[in-house]
Amino acid sequence: MFKKILIANRGEIAIRVMKACREMGIDSVAVYSAIDRDALHVRTADEAVWIGEAPPNESYLNMDAIINAVKETGAEAIHPGYGFLAENYLFAERCEKEGIVFIGPDSKALKLVGDKVASREVTEKEGIPLIPGMKEKSTDVDHCMAEAEKIGFPVLLKASAGGGGKGMRVVNSSNELKDAAEAGMREAEAAFGDPSVYLEKCIEKPRHVEFQILADKHSNAIHLFERECSIQRRHQKIIEESPSTALNDDLRKRMGETALKVVEVSGYTNAGTVEFLLDENNNYYFLEVNARLQVEHPVTEMVCGIDLVHAQIRIAAGERLWLSQDDLSQRGHAIECRIYAEDPENNFLPSAGKILYMKEPTGPGVRHDCGVYSGCEVSVYYDPILSKLITWAPTREICCRRMAAALNDFPVLGIKTDIEFLRDVIIHPEFLKGNTFTDFIPINLPDWRPALGDDLLDKALLSASLFSNTASQKPVVSGGSEEIPSPWKTLGDWEIGKK
Amino acid sequence: MFQIESKVDTKSAEFKKNRELNLRLVAELKEKLAKVEQGGPPHAREKHLKRGKLITRDRVKNLFDRNTPFLEFSSLAAYDQYDNEAPCAGIITGIGVVHGREILVVANDATVKGGTYYPMTIKKHVRAQEIALKNRLPCVYLVDSGGVFLPHQKEVFPDKGHFGSIFYNQARLSALAIPQIAVVMGSCTAGGAYVPAMSDEAVIVRKQGTIFIGGPPLVKAATGVDVTDEELGGADVHCRISGVADHYAMNDDHALHITRNIIQALEAPKKFDIGRSEPKEPKYDPEELYGIIPTETKIPYDVKEVIARVVDNSEFHEFKELYGLTIVCGFARIMGYPVGIVANSGVLFSESAVKAAHFVELCTIRKIPLIFLQNITGFIVGKEYEHGGIAKDGAKMVHAVANADVPKITLIFGGSHGAGNYAMCGRGYDPRFLWMWPNSRISVMGGEQAANVLLMVKKRGLEAQGKTMTKKEEEEFLAPILQRYEHEASPYFSTSRIWDDGIFDPVDTRKVLGLCISASLNAPIPDQRYGVFRM
Repeated sequence: MFKKILIANRGEIAIRVMKACREMGIDSVAVYSAIDRDALHVRTADEAVWIGEAPPNESYLNMDAIINAVKETGAEAIHPGYGFLAENYLFAERCEKEGIVFIGPDSKALKLVGDKVASREVTEKEGIPLIPGMKEKSTDVDHCMAEAEKIGFPVLLKASAGGGGKGMRVVNSSNELKDAAEAGMREAEAAFGDPSVYLEKCIEKPRHVEFQILADKHSNAIHLFERECSIQRRHQKIIEESPSTALNDDLRKRMGETALKVVEVSGYTNAGTVEFLLDENNNYYFLEVNARLQVEHPVTEMVCGIDLVHAQIRIAAGERLWLSQDDLSQRGHAIECRIYAEDPENNFLPSAGKILYMKEPTGPGVRHDCGVYSGCEVSVYYDPILSKLITWAPTREICCRRMAAALNDFPVLGIKTDIEFLRDVIIHPEFLKGNTFTDFIPINLPDWRPALGDDLLDKALLSASLFSNTASQKPVVSGGSEEIPSPWKTLGDWEIGKK
Repeated sequence: MFQIESKVDTKSAEFKKNRELNLRLVAELKEKLAKVEQGGPPHAREKHLKRGKLITRDRVKNLFDRNTPFLEFSSLAAYDQYDNEAPCAGIITGIGVVHGREILVVANDATVKGGTYYPMTIKKHVRAQEIALKNRLPCVYLVDSGGVFLPHQKEVFPDKGHFGSIFYNQARLSALAIPQIAVVMGSCTAGGAYVPAMSDEAVIVRKQGTIFIGGPPLVKAATGVDVTDEELGGADVHCRISGVADHYAMNDDHALHITRNIIQALEAPKKFDIGRSEPKEPKYDPEELYGIIPTETKIPYDVKEVIARVVDNSEFHEFKELYGLTIVCGFARIMGYPVGIVANSGVLFSESAVKAAHFVELCTIRKIPLIFLQNITGFIVGKEYEHGGIAKDGAKMVHAVANADVPKITLIFGGSHGAGNYAMCGRGYDPRFLWMWPNSRISVMGGEQAANVLLMVKKRGLEAQGKTMTKKEEEEFLAPILQRYEHEASPYFSTSRIWDDGIFDPVDTRKVLGLCISASLNAPIPDQRYGVFRM
């Protein structure tokens, strides 16, 4: 087993991995950018190395600096978390060359699953169900037009190199296509340096269902059942759960087998996720493999009783899988809500600033994977995720109530968050019924506003005003320097011309 | 109080241009400070260290409480004088904290020409004693000096304010119960012997400190007797035989520890109570000053933008906001201390002079310290104004300022020219402290005005002889005058001659003023007393 692992990430996921390391008796090394000096992940690690300025490509995407940090600290492996370099096959390749263990799949498998068109070709050959769509990526608008007619509108336009919904667009008719394709290419070029896009059939009212898999380096693989991640805003997941309300045992078994097949044909190892779209008639289509530890991995951990980060580290160290498919079952129900620094009243735009105060919810069946603390700064440079709130309960109904209660007991002051919004999704009758699909938010909660009664707001403002008046009205103090220390006592070792 | 609303556009091209220039000026200042801080040449430093002595800056540092500020005066004294052989004029002066109490320190730097006194060294020493007198600060002299620098004897020996004044001041300060403590860490020869001898308590370092009226070479010449330094006037002699010193120290650190004990045993200080509130940072970032200070002193700018970045919470209670607009007066707090601010916002007219005199009276009767923010070309001139009595109104202001016995602190944040310098509490008006920003200029008038006045005089002279000047001749006449004014108006020219107490980075204004006000309250504020105002 490794003695020391460097975590090439920040925020809650870095801390999540560090905690697993600590449990396994492994030392953890944090890396940090200039503005993350006081970040929680730096405080949590056993060691921390500065790797550059705030912009991601000078720090968390700076391969040279990260590799140097590994060498400097004598770490043996890198855990990339999610985002940043997690799915960058060049980075995995670099680690392989430098003799550093990359905790994830090897660079070959990463390269294959990262290329949507190439992976589509491989999987199609094996008879894995795919959404009808273009065979090749394209940068030619006319070619896209012809293909779209073949597929039939509505179509979905996606960036070939992308993920996370960047450049993604629904195109309802041929006269919308030209503008959409051009805008999509521009966005793809800006985000990934590759403008090529592809088109596929747009499935209406789909559910997003994905399977967690674990594969060792000895050709053994298992799946840890599904997660449903249909609740999305701006094409990004915000609520995930397991099990899905849409799956029965038979469908679950078939989809699980398909997921394992995908893993097998792509030569994939370590933890990964096979994503599917599920339509209203229980037809499912393979989307892509997410070659990383997913943000939403905790819901699987809660229902399966498996620690996925432990598993990742053990597999990376070369261990054989210690579980078979038959050892696994789903117990109870788990839901995760992603807590973002964003403004749900203003198109979910990020909201940076200082967290003046926060209190984490606790209680039976409540888990909080958190990357921030009272008094810390949330910068504009990185993904605005603050933490993830996960609840587990024997049934979905109790799980929802537990989540709503936990969200109600979660004050975060100083920045805007989606906490109230998430609560309103969780208590929505359609969500409680399990009628979830990817357009749930625009259809069920359009133009959402917090339900703050007028008198409640008045009371809050009055209290704040009274508090700030009493707090700031300190009387002028007599008795010279005694009560309030003079600047000679408060300025530290200041001198003219220094600092 | 109401907050000042800033109108500065921090995104403007002008802001950016100003910022660039001012950052460069500050960088220049810091570079100069870092250089003089090194003290004497490396070989002198090595020799000094080899003798087991601490370098002067470390002595000062070890004397003071850890992690407390040190407010140094005139670090750039003698800058560009004496071939730059006397960095800091060979002496460090300033205020620091010992056992929680503010102390004035005067420390010779023996790595600079053996710690001998140049004219500027004496001026700096005497100025430090003046600060101790006005603010009632106990004095610690860390002595390591070979006496006067003989090549300059005519400028250091005979006159008032020369070497003799140092001992005179010690006697007078002691009489006012302002403790005088000497620490002999090197030689104290001839006149220098009086520094420990005139002090209330003296510490001497074994095999390092010596005190004698005539050194071994003089003894040999006069009496033919060979004697060592140590036999003649070392620590053992003075602590055991002569009684010239009181405390025997094994080394520098021990001596400084004893000195701290001496201060610990002093009577507890009582500060004059002017009322204090919790200090608050300004609402506007002081860093923005860099973008506000214009690139030339003749470009006018709103002094309230400066005040907003200096005073607590940017709150300013302005007096006569609509009257005499070229002077801004008002009450504020700096680091929790109440202050009255008098600040220039243009040339002084009768109204502005009378307004300022009125405001100064308010502060003196209420015993509120006065802060003068100087950026002034002078009083208005012209027939209309002379008829209006600008001279007597200016006199009212000068009279009020001269007789204001509250702590006065002057900061030159732009130009300082003409009688404006006097009315705004220039050096002659005895401010407790006078500071400059690196962008400031000081001269009797602006270079262009001075050159034109001289040109006019010259032309009149020529006219009397029936001659005239060509444009080219005029230019040739003007150029050297302009150049000289440019050179002599520099804050470095001023600070080198100790016309001020130092130059500092504008962002430190709050800190410096706060420390100065706090230190000034060691002296009580007397009741208001004025003479005859010409009405």
